[in-house]
Amino acid sequence: MIRFEPRGPASLRRMLAVTIAAAVAALVLAAIPIAFAGLSVFDAYGLMVKGAFGSLFAFTEMLTRAAPLILTGLAAAVAFRARLWNIGAEGQLYAGALAAVAVGTGLISGPSLVLIPAVMIAGALAGGLVMLGPTLLKTRLGVDEVVTTLLLNFVILLFVQMMLEGPMKDPMGMGWPQSEPILDEAALPKLMDRMRIHWGLVVALAASLGVYFLLKRTVWGFEIRAVGENASAARHAGIPVTATFVRVGLLSGALAGLAGVGEVAGLKGYLTADLSPGFGYSGIVVAMLAGLSPVGVVLAALFIASIFVGADSMSRATGVSNYLADLIVAMALLCVLVSGLFLRFRIRLVGDHKSRETAE
Amino acid sequence: MTEILDILLSANFWAASLRIATPLIFGVIGALICERAGVLNLGIEGIFTAGAMAGWMAVWLGAGLWGGVLVAAMAGAFFGLIHAILTVPLGLSQHVSGIGVTLFATSLSYFIYRTALPDVSSPPRIEAFQPLDIPVLSELPFIGPALFQQTPLTFLALILVALTAYVLYRTPLGLAIQAVGDNPAAVESQGLSVYALRIGTVVAGSAIMALGGAFLTMSAFDAFFFGMVNGRGWICIALTVFASWRPGKALIGALLFGAFDAFQVRLQTEVGSFVPGQVFLMMPYLLSIAALIVVARRADYPRALLVPYFRGQR
Amino acid sequence: MADPAQDADVVLRLDGITKRFGALTANGEVSLDLKRGEILALLGENGAGKTTLMNILFGHYVADEGRVLVGTSGNGLADLEPGSPSAALAAGIGMVHQHFTLAENLSALDNILLGTERLAALSSSRAPARRKLEDLMARSGLTVSLDARISQLSVGEKQRVEILKALYRDARVLVLDEPTAVLTPQESDTLFATLKKLAADGLGLIFISHKLAEVLASSHRVAVLRGGRKVADLPTAECDRRRLAELMVGHAITDTARTPGTPGASLFVLSGISAGHGRDALHGVDLDLKSGEILGIAGVSGNGQTMLARVISGLETPSSGSITLGESTLTRASARKMIDSGLARIPEDRHHDGIIGAMSVSENLAIETIRKPENQRLGLLRFAAMRERAKDLIKAYDIRCQSADSPARLLSGGNIQKIVLARTLETEPMVVLAAQPSRGLDVGATSEVHRRLIAARDRGAGVILISEDLDELMRLSDRIAVIHRGHLSAAEPTETLDRGTLGLRMAGHNAEDAA
Repeated sequence: MIRFEPRGPASLRRMLAVTIAAAVAALVLAAIPIAFAGLSVFDAYGLMVKGAFGSLFAFTEMLTRAAPLILTGLAAAVAFRARLWNIGAEGQLYAGALAAVAVGTGLISGPSLVLIPAVMIAGALAGGLVMLGPTLLKTRLGVDEVVTTLLLNFVILLFVQMMLEGPMKDPMGMGWPQSEPILDEAALPKLMDRMRIHWGLVVALAASLGVYFLLKRTVWGFEIRAVGENASAARHAGIPVTATFVRVGLLSGALAGLAGVGEVAGLKGYLTADLSPGFGYSGIVVAMLAGLSPVGVVLAALFIASIFVGADSMSRATGVSNYLADLIVAMALLCVLVSGLFLRFRIRLVGDHKSRETAE
Repeated sequence: MTEILDILLSANFWAASLRIATPLIFGVIGALICERAGVLNLGIEGIFTAGAMAGWMAVWLGAGLWGGVLVAAMAGAFFGLIHAILTVPLGLSQHVSGIGVTLFATSLSYFIYRTALPDVSSPPRIEAFQPLDIPVLSELPFIGPALFQQTPLTFLALILVALTAYVLYRTPLGLAIQAVGDNPAAVESQGLSVYALRIGTVVAGSAIMALGGAFLTMSAFDAFFFGMVNGRGWICIALTVFASWRPGKALIGALLFGAFDAFQVRLQTEVGSFVPGQVFLMMPYLLSIAALIVVARRADYPRALLVPYFRGQR
Repeated sequence: MADPAQDADVVLRLDGITKRFGALTANGEVSLDLKRGEILALLGENGAGKTTLMNILFGHYVADEGRVLVGTSGNGLADLEPGSPSAALAAGIGMVHQHFTLAENLSALDNILLGTERLAALSSSRAPARRKLEDLMARSGLTVSLDARISQLSVGEKQRVEILKALYRDARVLVLDEPTAVLTPQESDTLFATLKKLAADGLGLIFISHKLAEVLASSHRVAVLRGGRKVADLPTAECDRRRLAELMVGHAITDTARTPGTPGASLFVLSGISAGHGRDALHGVDLDLKSGEILGIAGVSGNGQTMLARVISGLETPSSGSITLGESTLTRASARKMIDSGLARIPEDRHHDGIIGAMSVSENLAIETIRKPENQRLGLLRFAAMRERAKDLIKAYDIRCQSADSPARLLSGGNIQKIVLARTLETEPMVVLAAQPSRGLDVGATSEVHRRLIAARDRGAGVILISEDLDELMRLSDRIAVIHRGHLSAAEPTETLDRGTLGLRMAGHNAEDAA
């Protein structure tokens, strides 16, 4: 039988080692579906690496893909730290994108210095407000936020579709349900000529540092951690638990909203209903891989982005379904969940009938 | 106004309600027994998808309709087992494990389907379940067409509701399940295994959930579409709370929901030109959120829900 | 050498039981015999290993060394399969745990029935079970409403269900873990009378306790555990309080005599406070705490103490009445306001409400004052200052931990309580609310807690002490009030009270009814 013995607090080195092991495990497990699709495993891996790192273009594509993942990863990490299960980042992203488009396609005019912040603030606000509802329902009525945030994703997506087929439809869009393009002044500038990578990445990195600073060094961060670890003890100690949840909800939604702003104002330039290939959900995997650490989120986002971009490229080259990427990402989540056990316990195999016991 | 009455008084409407409710019945019953035992199973959305794909694929490969149903149930049991092992003996977060299982089951189903069947303009179809024409009963006025001309899986769902209620309230196993979701220590002190009870219940519940997915591809429709589950799993999680974890109320909740959905579809044909289709499509999700709000204060969650139990915990 | 003739009467034997948890030896080569019809008291302070030993007996834990043997009908002693509660149950061992193992959502009958039928059976047979139970209830004198939901039963009734659970399964050995912790003195007396009756019927009984009085009154033999080892195994007739206390603690202890306080003016007043509904509600509670006194509140758990503590802690708003501290009104005050007004609260459940296990000792010490200037400036935490203060407090309160940065959950119960004491008492509060402060602590840690509370009182603070331990209350309090079903009696000086009177009040009777 397997016996677990509790371990002391984990060092950063051990956490890194265990997480990397989990990521590698997911990649190794990916060999099974790759073989099922009839492909040579090494060929497939090779194509994936090439697809993500094989050229400057590939590399910048990977970084471009990482930008929204960093933000949705931060959104999940911040929320999960407080045990606020925000699974609605996908919808908050779209809300942010919608707000950015509403503001940035001609509602106000001005120079970039005015429009870019305006668009970002609008997107962040929209995302934050979307998360406010489920947060208040949780604190006031005890309604489980997992289900409410999930269901809202569908509602918001339908709302976006409705807007794009109706009031926000681009009259010059040749009939496609898409929004008018963002004004040049509201667009996030490119970081490099001829590449798609844009300032949204910088925003994401800045957000990561900001969240790190918030959680580690401020009173608010302390309260967020306390509430997440033991809300009743935090309440007993006089920490304003409801206010903390609301803060966390707003921040989490705002971060996801910014992801939407980046995609619309930095990458595509207009909004369609298929803007996000599941960034909100992948953000959860990013956060878990990062151990909910804001800085770790950047690394984890790069990893997940590489998988997506690499698998897309391999898919185009070989015809293998690019659902493989989603599959690897899902397995990574399960692997990292299990890997948490190795951080908290030392696993031993014992011969007789013993099980996990803890001292009084 | 008369249009509304017309709708409500047609047997066709009630037949549609029951048909729409069927996958939800499977889902809520499956979720309900998992939660009664103390485990939240957020893998339901993925398990629906897996059941839909695996069941359909089995039929496509020649297994026959009931063979497909069995395969769907096994697929559900498989993913349920993963969730059960992660959350019960390993005690990992039920939220994260559930989301992980949903992502895993969904992406695996899509990958297998797309790899086995390359992209074509219209997806391949199978011979789906046909409505059972029950002699005598289906001839009854109104009730006949409404209730007794459904497909076999709908009848299975109804039987399952009764069976679940019976097992839960009248058998030693059901008693143990009710107890383990309230106080696992009570179960252990009476010589039963908390792990075995919880794992078994989650696996069984997941198998039942998968039947909801199978209904979509083998009864409601005859093909597998990406995104066809469309949030039904999450709706079932909401309905489980609404049903206070009781099979009878679960059936009523699912039926009400089905009726509402059937109603808004018919209403759409009346006012469709004024109100965008998306408004109607939003209704099921908004209704689920409303249902959760309505029962929020009174919700009698199983006391040990979400709390991992470790043997010998004193 | 075991004597076969003597063995005939032995229903249970523990032979050289050793159990380690990492570096800690919870049980060290403990051997015990229990005979038919015998009541054995297992005595020891908190942490001595009594519950661990019984958990091994019942199969919740597996011993590292040693074995358990049970008497079989006619064939002497046989080994009991370790680690299996179902084997223990089949061998006739029943256990009434300290924290009840009952499913609150089911009836008493269902709880007793749970696990007694084959899981694969197609239906439960409640009628035969009911008949057997009605018979058992009549013979043992333990009555309870079989169809009542456990959530609606009182603590004493729940305990009866637990005992019936064991009797229903034909237990020949019954173990009770701290059974009187949750009973009034009168209920305790009734329980022991029942136990004596059961013993006379041939049951072997073990009860775990740390209370000397009941051990002396109600057992045939006493086994004393200290530091995991058995240090004595004597007929009760040969023991007295002093000897047992010394055996329990390992050295002579002097009874801390109560130095009376000098109560001053009214400090903290509750007037007509009602709160909550259902079992734990409060109805029109009046309380007048004076400065420089310890006001004890006695009562069996479940009579409103938890609600009272929550209201005073600022976690629950009363539906009517008023709370005043000096000049300020605190009726609708939040926890934050209470803390800032000079109210220190030591919570009943220190793991649930007292500390945040995953955060460090130093963070836990700062948690109530995290927004104060000493811990933050402009929203940024002042880590160096926090660490300095933590070091000082760890020293002053002798908190044993690896470092100030160790997670708090690694500390022992006594040290966790010291964290709570340190952070609440450091600010020299005017009012201290201590709810079950010594629950689960050993003698050393308990006397430390008592010392701090008395020190606070001597400094001029008012202390409200809510406790289920009458000895503790009588030893520390200047005045005692009793809470019963949400009503608080008037507080009277401790000198005028005795256990009997308090016990009656805890059960809801007035003193006159005793006559």
